[in-house]
Amino acid sequence: MMPTLNDYLLLSAVLFTIGTAGVFVRRNLITILLSIEIMLNAVNLTFVAFGRSFGTADGQIIVFFVMTVAAAEAAVGLAIVIALFRHRESLNPDSFTSLKW
Amino acid sequence: MTPLLIAQLGLTLFVFVMLLNSAAVMVYVERKVAALLQQRLGPYLVGPKGLLQPIADVIKLMFKEELRPRAADPFLFALAPMISATAAFAAFAVVPFGADTTFFGLLDEPLRLQVADVNVAILVIFAIASMSVYGIVLAGWSSNSKYSLLGGLRSSAQMISYELSYGLALASVLVVANSLSLTDIVNRQAGTWFGFVPRWLVFLQPLGFLIYMTAGVAETNRAPFDFPEAEQELVAGYHTEYSSMSFAMFFLAEYINMVTVSAVATDLFLGGWHGPFLPLSLGWIWFLLKVGAILFFYVWMRWTLPRYRYDQLMSFGWKVLLPLSVVNLLVTAAGVLYFGG
Amino acid sequence: MTLFYLFGAIAVVASLLVIAQRNPMYSVLLLILSFGALSGLYVLLEAPFVAVIQIIVYAGAIMVLFLFVVMLLNEPKEDTEEARLRLVVAPGAAQMGAILAVALIGELGWALTRTGGQSGAFPAGAVTSVAAIGRLLFNDYSFPFEVTSILILVAMVGAVVLARRESRRSDGA
Repeated sequence: MMPTLNDYLLLSAVLFTIGTAGVFVRRNLITILLSIEIMLNAVNLTFVAFGRSFGTADGQIIVFFVMTVAAAEAAVGLAIVIALFRHRESLNPDSFTSLKW
Repeated sequence: MTPLLIAQLGLTLFVFVMLLNSAAVMVYVERKVAALLQQRLGPYLVGPKGLLQPIADVIKLMFKEELRPRAADPFLFALAPMISATAAFAAFAVVPFGADTTFFGLLDEPLRLQVADVNVAILVIFAIASMSVYGIVLAGWSSNSKYSLLGGLRSSAQMISYELSYGLALASVLVVANSLSLTDIVNRQAGTWFGFVPRWLVFLQPLGFLIYMTAGVAETNRAPFDFPEAEQELVAGYHTEYSSMSFAMFFLAEYINMVTVSAVATDLFLGGWHGPFLPLSLGWIWFLLKVGAILFFYVWMRWTLPRYRYDQLMSFGWKVLLPLSVVNLLVTAAGVLYFGG
Repeated sequence: MTLFYLFGAIAVVASLLVIAQRNPMYSVLLLILSFGALSGLYVLLEAPFVAVIQIIVYAGAIMVLFLFVVMLLNEPKEDTEEARLRLVVAPGAAQMGAILAVALIGELGWALTRTGGQSGAFPAGAVTSVAAIGRLLFNDYSFPFEVTSILILVAMVGAVVLARRESRRSDGA
C-alpha cells in the first residue's frame, strides 16, 4: 500500500506542531531558531506532497524559494543572536525582556 | 536472487574493498613519490621495494592505544571520524568506473559498473561533499583543545568556501553536457575529433577543469591548501587528539576523498573509461590509468608547492576562484547558446 | 510504505529530541538527522532534486552556520532549572500545553485530510526531471528567482553588519 497524500499531510502537521512547541517551550535563542527551521521544513513537505498530487513541479519550485528565504532568515537571525549575546552574555530570551539596551 | 542482483551486491562489496585498498596504495605511493622527489629512497625495508609498508602501517595503527581526552565529548568524539569516513565512501557510490559489462556473457543483461545509478549523480556528489564538513568540525569541537578547535573551524570554513567554486565548475559541465548523470557525461566523451584528439570535456572546458581541480584539492584539505592540518602550524589541526583507529579513519577519509575527486574529474573531464586500443569492456583499465595520473599529480603538488597561508587561502577562494568560476559558467552558457549545444 | 514510516518516524523522533535536548550542539545534530529523513521522504515523493537540494542547502550549509554559531557562543547547557520553573509557573500549565498541542495536531490533521471526495492517493507520475524544474524556474518564476538573489544579498550584508563588533566602530563613522 503506497502512502497517500493524507499521510504526508499528517506527518507535516505533526512536525509543524513540534516546531511550534519548540518555539514556545525552549529558553535558548538558538534552539528557538532551530524550531523555526523545523516548521519551515514541515511546510516544505506539504508543498512537495501537494505538488506531487497535482502532478506539477510547482510545489518543488516553491520549496526552492522557501529554502532560500529560510537560509537568509537563518543567517540574519544568527547574526542577531550573536549581537545579543555579545551584549548580554546570555542566550535566554528572558534576559532581553526589558526594552533597555 | 537473480544473477544481476548478486552481481550488484558483489559490485558494491568490490567497490568498498577496492577503495580501502586504494587508500593503502596511496599511503605507499605518497611516501615513495615524496622520497623520489626529494632524492631519497623512501620505504624500502618492508617487502620488496617497500611494497608491504602500508600493511606495516595498518598493523602499527591498530595496535596503538586509543586515547580519549577526559574533557572531550565522548559521543561526538567517536562520531566525527565515522562521519568523515562514511561520507568519503558514500561519495564514490555514484561514480561509474567502467562501461556496462556482462562479464563475458555470464549475465543476461549488462551490469552498469556503478554502485547506484541515479540521474542526479553530480548533485549527490556535491551533497555528500557538503556533509563531510561535519566530520571535521565535530572533530575539532569535541576534542576540546585549542589546536583542534582552531584547525577544525579553519578547515571547515575553507571547505565550505571552496564548495561554491566546486559546484559552479560542476554546473559548467552540466551546461555543456546537458545531463546530470555521470554515465551520460562519460558516454558523451566517446570518439575523437579529427581522428586523434579525444572528445574529452577538458578541451571544451579547460578553465572548468582547472577550477574543479583547484577546488577539489582545497576540499580534500591537501597541499597547497592544507594549512589547517599542517604540522608546523597547528600541531595536527582537527585530528590532534585522535590516535589509533580513529586517526586511521580520518586518514582513510582523506585519501578516499582524493580518490573520489580524481575519479569524478576523470569521468567529467577526461573521458572516463574511453580510450584507444582497448575494447570498451576493458575500459576500466583506462579509468584506472587516468585516476592514477591525477593522484600522482596530487602527490606531486603536495611535495612541490609551498603552502598557502590561511588568509591567502580564503582570499584566493572567494576573490579569485569564485568570480572565475562564475565567469566560466557565463561564458560556457553563452557558448552553448551560440553554438547550439 | 515501510520506507515512509521509517523516514517519518526518524523525522518526528529527531524533531522531538531537538526540542527536548539541553545541549544545543546535540540539537543541531539531531536536526540534521531529521533533515536527512525529510530528504528521504522527498525521494519517496519523486522529487530527487528537492531531496538533494535539501541536503546541500539545509543540512550542508544552514546547519553548518548554526553549528558555527553554537561553537562560537559556547553556552554549554541552558539553565534547565529556570526553564522547568517557568514551565510550571501556573499549576497544570505543562499538562494544558500538551493537551493543546495534541488538539492542534488533531485540528491540523482534520483540516489537511479533508479530501472533498478524492481518495487522496497520488496519481502515477514520472520523476520530475531537473530540466523541467529549470524550465519552470526560469520561465514562469523568473521574477521571484531574481528577487531572491537580491534577498540573499541583503541578508548577507545585514548579517555582516549585525555581527560586527561595536568597539571597532569610531564615533564619527
